[in-house]
Amino acid sequence: MSRKVFNKWFDKAFFILGFLTTLVGLAVLLALILDVLADGLGRLGWQFLTNYPSRKPEEAGILSAWVGTVWLMALTGLLAIPVGIMAAIYLEEYSKKNWLTNLIEINIANLAGVPSIIYGLLGLGLFVRAMGLDRSVISGSAALSILVMPIVIMSTREALRAIPSSIREASFALGATKWQTIRHQVVPAAMPGIMTGIILAMSRAVGETAPLITIGALTYVAFLPTSPISSEFPFISFQGLFDPFTVLPIQIFNWVSRPQKGFFADAAAAIIVLLAITFVMNGLAVWIRHRYQKGIRW
Amino acid sequence: MTYTKLMHKQFQRIKERLIEGALFLSALFSIFVTVGIIAVLFFETFEFFKEVSIIDFLTDTQWTPLFAEKHFGVLPLFSGTFLTTAIAIIVALPIGLISAIYLSEYASGRIRTMLKPVLEILAAVPTVVYGYFALLFVTPLLQGLIPALAGFNALSPGIVMGVMIIPIVSSLSEDAMHAVPMGLREGAYALGATRLQVATRVVVPAAFSGIAASFILGISRAVGETMILAIAAGQQPRLTLNPLVPVETVTAYIVQVSLGDTPTGTIEYKTIFAVGISLFVVTFVLNMVSYWLRKRFREVYE
Repeated sequence: MSRKVFNKWFDKAFFILGFLTTLVGLAVLLALILDVLADGLGRLGWQFLTNYPSRKPEEAGILSAWVGTVWLMALTGLLAIPVGIMAAIYLEEYSKKNWLTNLIEINIANLAGVPSIIYGLLGLGLFVRAMGLDRSVISGSAALSILVMPIVIMSTREALRAIPSSIREASFALGATKWQTIRHQVVPAAMPGIMTGIILAMSRAVGETAPLITIGALTYVAFLPTSPISSEFPFISFQGLFDPFTVLPIQIFNWVSRPQKGFFADAAAAIIVLLAITFVMNGLAVWIRHRYQKGIRW
Repeated sequence: MTYTKLMHKQFQRIKERLIEGALFLSALFSIFVTVGIIAVLFFETFEFFKEVSIIDFLTDTQWTPLFAEKHFGVLPLFSGTFLTTAIAIIVALPIGLISAIYLSEYASGRIRTMLKPVLEILAAVPTVVYGYFALLFVTPLLQGLIPALAGFNALSPGIVMGVMIIPIVSSLSEDAMHAVPMGLREGAYALGATRLQVATRVVVPAAFSGIAASFILGISRAVGETMILAIAAGQQPRLTLNPLVPVETVTAYIVQVSLGDTPTGTIEYKTIFAVGISLFVVTFVLNMVSYWLRKRFREVYE
């Protein structure tokens, strides 16, 4: 076989190898989904969503877990999104190239790579102990919002960077101030990209377990945080912020660590719920990106 | 210009300044976070080293702070982290790199737009789910092949962690290869090179610092990964490189202590900050090297 033929053959072989290798991830994902469905589908039902965890695996449910997840997500979003977007606007639109900007940029890149459990230690030392917020909803969301903020900042910056400077110049030419330009032209145009980043950040927060365990979220919770809407004056209650909580991933972890096999089915059923939430959020993010990339040609 | 118009302009200017100030503070917030992390970790670690000598911490081969006879050698925890990370890397690097070469140099646009989101989903699966998968699917599967494999071991979570890291390696490497100018490829093709030759001898070397950055970021992710290991690797700190027996990683230890009701101020409570800062330092160095490599790569081609 001549060298040339050999090279051509080798090239073809790599084409097939590359394709199969890329499919490895897909195969694992399929195996994972099928495994979880096989283990947990039987347990899934209305009761599973409306029951508290229980000593008996057949009666256990995820009520306290999903309500806790909703609480935590709402607060995390409230804390992380405004600050994240504002930081990104500063870095993209205002900052001058100097050592401080440089430091902030390196710092954000590093924070994005800090293991999530370290944010748990930060939360434990700062919110739970030093600020005395205890193992509460607010401690958990504060830690999670710090954890996902780099994602919000980086995706918002990317979205802002994609807006051509001609849009800004046109606005300036009409006499708009810098903030008016950003507020009425740049941010609205970058909105799809910003939304994508927010959804991805929240989807990351939904699945986070380690930092919340470190903060001391309880693994067995048979009650809900105090409802924010009350029947008595003043009708709004912030008590829930300071209540202990659990979330879906922690409930899953708790059930996986039990020795009784019955709880594995509960864990699998809860995983189905968690994966559904994660996939829907990611799908939404991909859809938004795809839709608006097509529509707009600068 | 009338007086009111002037007033309005003045007001506008102040407003612009205030907004810029608020935006600046938001950007500065990230610095406070880092300072906060370092301060919290340092404070508790300082307290820890008042009671335990740093020599013991770094050289003792036993880690038993939760037992009656306490040893504070961090080596067994780091050997657990090292072992599981090494297994993950052995899985993730070749698969990630080959996928990246395939997606960047071989795949048609349609296949690429179909496969890339799938890889991204792998990165989006919560790690607690991977833990379940490692413990209840991969470990029993491997036990069929290796009867000596314990129920908790380093091998199975290591492999699963590798799969989790594939998207990091493949998508960042692919981005790097994508940024290599077309002219370099065309030059090689003009000399009669095949796609594989172009990929391995032109594109990969040209994109090398970007690819290396993706590898290091993958390693950093594996070092900091927690839930997969807390669920499937066990809770026995052990100075070993045997992938078949239970081990405990730095991160899994922090989870173990957090689950128990450890009172503030006890030595057990302080240990998680001491090992936490070791973890922070390791990942910090890895992240910085990766950041620097990416930046250098961008300077060359963009």
